[in-house]
Amino acid sequence: MLEARHLSVSIPTEDGTIHAVQDVSFSVEAGGLFGIAGESGSGKSVMMQAILGLLPFADVTGEVIFEGRNLLTLPPRQLQKLRGARIGMIFQDPLSSLHPYYSIGAQITEAIHAHEKVSPQAARARAVDMLTKVGIGNAAERFDSFPHQYSGGMRQRVMIAMALVLNPPLIIADEPTTALDVTVQAQIVALLDQMRKELGTTVVMITHDLGLLSNVADQVMVMYAGNRMEFGSSAAVFHAPSHPYTAGLLASSPSNYAAGEELVAIPGRPPSLLHMPAGCAFAVRCAYAMPKCATQRPPLRRFSDGVESLCWLEAPVEPIHAERAAVSGRNADATAPVVLKVDNVELSFATGGFFSKAGKYEVLKGIDIELRRGETLGLVGESGCGKSTLARVIAGLIPATSGSVLLDGKDMATLDHAGWKEMRKRVQLVFQDPFGSLNPRRRVGAIIGDPFRLHQVASGADRKWRVQDLMETVGLNPEHYNRFPSEFSGGQRQRIGIARALALNPALIIFDEPVSALDVSIQAQVLNLMRSLQQELGLTYLFISHDLAVVRQVCDRIAVMNKGKIVELAEAEAIYTDPQNDYTRTLLAASVVPPPQKGRGTRQLVETIWGAPA
Amino acid sequence: MIRFLAGRVAFAALILLVLSTFVFFLFFVAPGDPARMVAGDKATEAQLIQIRANLGLDRPIHEQYINFIGKAVRGDLGFSYRNQQPVISLIANRLPATLSLVAGGVILWLAVGIPIGIMSARHPGGFRDRLGQGFILIGLSFPTFVLGMMSLYVFYFLPRQAGFTLFPAGGFKAFWPNPAIWAWHMALPWATLALTTAAVYARLTRGQMLEVMGEDYIRTARAKGLSETKVVFKHGLRATLTPLVTQLGADIALLLGGAIVIEQVYGLQGVGALAVQAVNNQDRPIIIGVVLLGGFFIVLSNIIVDILYVLLDPRVR
Ligand SMILES: Nc1ncnc2c1ncn2[C@@H]1O[C@H](COP(=O)(O)OP(=O)(O)OP(=O)(O)O)[C@@H](O)[C@H]1O
Ligand code: SF4
Ligand SMILES: [Mg+2]
Repeated sequence: MLEARHLSVSIPTEDGTIHAVQDVSFSVEAGGLFGIAGESGSGKSVMMQAILGLLPFADVTGEVIFEGRNLLTLPPRQLQKLRGARIGMIFQDPLSSLHPYYSIGAQITEAIHAHEKVSPQAARARAVDMLTKVGIGNAAERFDSFPHQYSGGMRQRVMIAMALVLNPPLIIADEPTTALDVTVQAQIVALLDQMRKELGTTVVMITHDLGLLSNVADQVMVMYAGNRMEFGSSAAVFHAPSHPYTAGLLASSPSNYAAGEELVAIPGRPPSLLHMPAGCAFAVRCAYAMPKCATQRPPLRRFSDGVESLCWLEAPVEPIHAERAAVSGRNADATAPVVLKVDNVELSFATGGFFSKAGKYEVLKGIDIELRRGETLGLVGESGCGKSTLARVIAGLIPATSGSVLLDGKDMATLDHAGWKEMRKRVQLVFQDPFGSLNPRRRVGAIIGDPFRLHQVASGADRKWRVQDLMETVGLNPEHYNRFPSEFSGGQRQRIGIARALALNPALIIFDEPVSALDVSIQAQVLNLMRSLQQELGLTYLFISHDLAVVRQVCDRIAVMNKGKIVELAEAEAIYTDPQNDYTRTLLAASVVPPPQKGRGTRQLVETIWGAPA
Repeated sequence: MIRFLAGRVAFAALILLVLSTFVFFLFFVAPGDPARMVAGDKATEAQLIQIRANLGLDRPIHEQYINFIGKAVRGDLGFSYRNQQPVISLIANRLPATLSLVAGGVILWLAVGIPIGIMSARHPGGFRDRLGQGFILIGLSFPTFVLGMMSLYVFYFLPRQAGFTLFPAGGFKAFWPNPAIWAWHMALPWATLALTTAAVYARLTRGQMLEVMGEDYIRTARAKGLSETKVVFKHGLRATLTPLVTQLGADIALLLGGAIVIEQVYGLQGVGALAVQAVNNQDRPIIIGVVLLGGFFIVLSNIIVDILYVLLDPRVR
């Protein structure tokens, strides 16, 4: 269906040339679902966009054959005719990928008119029909709505409808579900799958969600730093990865662990794509690296079950689970003192303005939680259910409309100024976005030292010494004291946030989606850090996340939240094995989990291709 | 929408009231005796007293103020100190020239500036971009006055020396009965006005387009298989209209209040020229009239821009 040979993409930038894709070959079989996985920045999106000529400034070499023609040498007008009509594309971010000034309907019919001579009425009928198919209720009425009037999930459906409306034989879906809630994710994936079966469409799906891929893909390709690391049937690759990187990714996924286990993280972080390494791109992070890995480009190994791996290892790696760390016990202790007690907290915002009728929008509708010292309580729920608002109420940043929040037995509502300041030391927040929550113009040392300065705890050399001590604790190099946040990776920035939260020995740390912006391998590092800090320092965590696998991995108890209410609260394992509430069951059913690795089976090396890897 | 509009109009009226109050008191405290300006240097003291009584200048200031505002609301801005003609009709006589200048200038500068901006943004760093940037730099750095003088020299003076008339030196001819004559007389002023302003629009368009063309929805438009023309104009340019409209509203309003330099250079009897004469003559009613006219155009254009926003951006509807 689609075949790429020795595809390389480089993008000239001000800092130098980014080698986003290096010598990648693959072939997509008709009617299948071809998955492309890999961490952020591994070149997945760039590769597919380059194939379709959507990166005007990129330098693309190699061959991409589609319907007997090389897309890379096709004249622009011919390629333009293929786009949309023969190859549909669904983009990563449904919120920014639709034009804000044109109606949904106009944007879909535009695609039809671009390729076929049809009357506006006929185009409209087809678009409405397709919108209905992708699950937009009363599509005829919503046809003239604008993108901002649609929710994120609906916009992604619109993107899918737009890509499918001309019934192209090939669809490229770039992270079609990443921006969405788990329940919506499941619906979208089911929809794509159904369309594929009904219309016989071939789908190339890019995602970093390995669980998702293992469930739906026929074949997968794993990319790292622009290289194709591993390629093979989904079953073979996920059950027994042959490349150390794939194995590492799977080992980093919390869903492959029992609750409370130490994750096996991949150390380090992805390399800069500005310089092509002489040897294996993964060498600095690889647990199996040999001396020649760093200096010589690895050959391509082909195994008996069709799996191909770009690695010096001749045999597939041992399943990493064999070397798991011993299960560390739960931290929870039912007799430990209660740190936080949230009692029937309600919160509502006034809506409506000066002239219109004033209303009341209830965000929290009677929340009860209790947290004991050393415990981690997970709070899960879909976006908009009120998780972050509850976090703010607990942190004392918004007063509750009614009900009480007791920290160390003291009611927040009755605190005087000194008491409130003290409380601000006792509760710390770590936010989701490691890029937005640090002031880019301040040095890391100053950022971490802020709590000391604001609460006048330490100054001068003493403060610096304590900051460096904290940096050491969270695994940052204390010598980087004078660097700016931009010089750190996402995972390191999250460590900065954690160090800042730890500064004043808080009784409670609230993590609001601390790892959702991070890649699995980095996410595993941060989760491990959080766990070891908890054990060493006896910390209490409130952990907010939409990712059920992560929550299960780190939490003692889990509260499931829906529309401002806690619908279920139980021991972590119990929630998973024996959910009591319908909504919890929906959430669980929607999350997909990669299958456990089974060991390498009977795989044999059949061929080694030296020199330029295919 | 109706309420929104009513609010904007009420606000505009308030602004104009504040503006008139401000100019009124500004001129009241300014030095100089209006009666002497009306009567001339040879007037006797008795004549001056008579004139003051006629103009109501002997009344207490609050009465004068109420009188001024009351008349202004009815469209009576008083009489020129110089020739005793109503200010309103003096301004009305001058409006056609200014309107002609602005209308033609706007069309011309948009027609030049926007395409240059787009061309520049389509090939950032390339030859065409450098060409466009060169135009922007020259346009922005040339004073209108110098450009006007130069074009007069090249298109009027040199041909005249060679013995024929390519363009007239200036002056305003009414649109009717002969639009061709009108346009012929306006050609050089238009070009001068458009060239300097086009640079501003080219720069604005270039910046906006560069940003918009990197947006995800532009990629979506390409992925649909739209032609590059459609991608650039229907999807790209559409998204840059809002800032363009904002700039355009402000520019038109300012110019309608008097394009002083160009009117002077080409001898166009427009509002700007009137203002200059009035200032030279210390003719306060006219100065107040021109200031209020400028204020009126600014609040009017603000209202129009606000309405256009609502029409252009579905998100604020
Ligand atoms: N237009 C561009 N100009 C310059 N560099 C780019 C451009 N687009 C992407 N890159 C760079 O190319 C590399 C690969 O990016 P790409 O978007 O393909 O990653 P990805 O694998 O899709 O990651 P993600 O999972 O975050 O979507 C990155 O280093 C990125 O910074
Ligand atoms: S080539 Fe070497 S460094 Fe690269 S993945 Fe294989 S073993 Fe690891
Ligand atoms: Mg991507």
